[in-house]
Amino acid sequence: MSAEVHSRGSIRRRLLVQLLLGAAVLAIALFFIVQSLARELAEESQDNILAAAASAILDATSVRQGELLLDLPYSAFSMLSNISNDRVFYAVYFGETFVTGYDDLPTATGSDNFGPWFTTSEYRSEEVRLITAVRRLSSGGKPVSVAVTMAQTRDGQRDQLLWISQIAAALGTGFFVSVTVLALLAARSSISPLLRLTDSVGRRGPEDLRPVAAPVPHEMVPLVAALNSFMDRLKRSLAKSEEFIADAAHRVRTPLATVRTQAEITYRRVEKEENRASIREMIRAIDESSRAAGQMLDHAMVTFRTDHLEQDRIDLNSLTAEMIERLRPTAELRDIELELDQQNATETIGDAILVQSALRNILDNAIKYSPQDSTVTVSVARKEGVAVLTIRDQGIGFADTDVENLKGRFARGTNVESIVGSGLGLTIADDVLRAHGGGLSIANNSEGTGACVTLSFPLQ
Amino acid sequence: MRHLILSLAVIFWPLALSAFEIEERVLFGTQDNAQTVRVISTGDVRVFEPMINGFLADHPGVSVDYTVVSSSELMKAISQEKAAFDVAISSAMDLQTKLANDGFTASYTSQATQSLPDWARWRQDLFAFTQEPAAIVLSKDAFSGLPIPQTRQDLIEILRQHPDRFRGKIGTYDLRQSGLGYLFATQDSRTSEVYWRLTEVMGALDAQLYCCSSDMINDVSSGKLAIAYNVLGVYALSREDTDRFTVLLPSDFTTVMMRTALIPENAQNKELAEPFIDYLLKVAWTNSGQQMYDASATLAEMEDSLRRIRLGPGLLIFLDEYKKKSFLNAWENAILQK
Repeated sequence: MSAEVHSRGSIRRRLLVQLLLGAAVLAIALFFIVQSLARELAEESQDNILAAAASAILDATSVRQGELLLDLPYSAFSMLSNISNDRVFYAVYFGETFVTGYDDLPTATGSDNFGPWFTTSEYRSEEVRLITAVRRLSSGGKPVSVAVTMAQTRDGQRDQLLWISQIAAALGTGFFVSVTVLALLAARSSISPLLRLTDSVGRRGPEDLRPVAAPVPHEMVPLVAALNSFMDRLKRSLAKSEEFIADAAHRVRTPLATVRTQAEITYRRVEKEENRASIREMIRAIDESSRAAGQMLDHAMVTFRTDHLEQDRIDLNSLTAEMIERLRPTAELRDIELELDQQNATETIGDAILVQSALRNILDNAIKYSPQDSTVTVSVARKEGVAVLTIRDQGIGFADTDVENLKGRFARGTNVESIVGSGLGLTIADDVLRAHGGGLSIANNSEGTGACVTLSFPLQ
Repeated sequence: MRHLILSLAVIFWPLALSAFEIEERVLFGTQDNAQTVRVISTGDVRVFEPMINGFLADHPGVSVDYTVVSSSELMKAISQEKAAFDVAISSAMDLQTKLANDGFTASYTSQATQSLPDWARWRQDLFAFTQEPAAIVLSKDAFSGLPIPQTRQDLIEILRQHPDRFRGKIGTYDLRQSGLGYLFATQDSRTSEVYWRLTEVMGALDAQLYCCSSDMINDVSSGKLAIAYNVLGVYALSREDTDRFTVLLPSDFTTVMMRTALIPENAQNKELAEPFIDYLLKVAWTNSGQQMYDASATLAEMEDSLRRIRLGPGLLIFLDEYKKKSFLNAWENAILQK
């Protein structure tokens, strides 16, 4: 019985989404920052080189007798080709007079009078970066000026920017991908203590109400503390009710024994057939009640002893043989034959009293649900590393639908409503086997009719 | 398949009306082809014929219209006349660079162009397909009994020691007429100051000025000249009378010129120009280029002293009118000893 848990949202998803959004924003920002820095640097370096080229030309000018002497330095042009293969244009003016170069090249101007001035313009149908620098000289006592304009196309810069953009894009993508991987790992690792707790709680047996002892991250301490205290209360309340049931069963059983004795005495005295029948019926009901009370006591005992399981060596052969001998009188009352089939020495480790109790309950059931004049077979064997006790009867077997449900407390088969029973027998056996690391499986006989119950224990 | 080579009278062609001067014009391939690659070139037909025939064998149904002009006329045809040529081939690296720099070229990228070394390509516009060192050709007769100089400095020493033997017998380019001579001279002057000293020594010994490498080599061969300075070494080596002279690649430095090809911006037939360039580069840069100008075998041994002229805007400097004027002034002062 598990109530549906409503879920809304996911911690992992929320964590991932937040991290990835942040990473995406950072990656895009990174891309644009790198790109704009690169653009600025590229523009600046082109401007610097243009300025150096222009000043190299200006440095090579002088005025003699009112005439401009100009020795264009090779370096002025070759330095421009050092960083890119861009096309180069130039023009030299002496005052307002064009001296040499490209006479249709535009010039740059600025608000101040000193220059150099930069501009970006269109020349010969291509975008060019353009610098105009001026040098002031003196000729015949009059100030004159030489102006040099250098222009360069921007293909190299474009290529460089494209290249840097690609690198920046790769960088941004790489950053995003690595953050994605890290985010996945972080989300997984931050969720893992929760998963571990879930796992350790989920893996517990139904009776395991010990507090969680493994260390947990401190954010989870309140949750685990609440869980522990809840389990503690639950455990105490369970213990209390088990105690109560055991106490009640005990208190009922003793008076029931007295009542049964009295009823038997009365039965012998009564002669009238219909009264005898009533009393027989009464005795049978009393038997059922005391059996149920016994089982409740058994169950309480099992619950108690499995908490602190003893680890003794148990010889399953002799234990089974003893149990059969003990139950034989009960079986003979109904003409039921108990057969023991022992193949080899089979031992396990555990609490002999519990194992007895499990076997008794199963055998009890088998005898109870068997028709008169039939046989119950118990076999002890070693199979594939486990010790197996198989109890077969020739009764009505289990209804197909209930095979797993029957192990629950007070669960009873749908086909045995006519027979009185508490529904605790299989529960006790199941608890015992689970405590021993074994298992209980119930099925119908593959050949013929009847039930087949298998108890398996780990071999010693 | 044998290609029909047609030498055609220039006047029958509309190009004849152009303002630039055509030296020779040859049509390779069959005449009825609709597809024609029009090549303008400074290179001799004789030299390019094998390569063009190879291209035609690879591209049936195509013909090549090959026009030979001088390098300055080529510059004029492309930049001023905007004549419709599909490929322009020239030895004038500076003028080719200027065409590319000033936007008269169409860029082209292919596996062949990308596989060129950096120094053999400028942008996606200019592709080098030869390496031609500037050599000093020495007459064996004139140098009999003298050690063969290995450097310019050696040469200067010898000239100073034997002024009478060499007076009037030194030939070099007239930079005012020859673009190639000017290119070699400017590059020499960039590389070493020794160029100017040598020029002055040559000027003092009444140097003879020439327009072309072949004339100088002829005169060395005939004994009219003892020394020809800065001639194309391959021209000398490809002659049959090589026993008459020594071709010296100076070990102090040897300037190397590269012939370049480009696709003009207003090419009418770029789809054919592109495979033509690819084929040209393939032939020139693999061993199948023996029939082309190919000095790579000799050059590999003297990599240290090679000064390959660098393609790029640096070449524009010496094309500047102002710069050219002052350089020629200095040169005239040195060589003419006015």
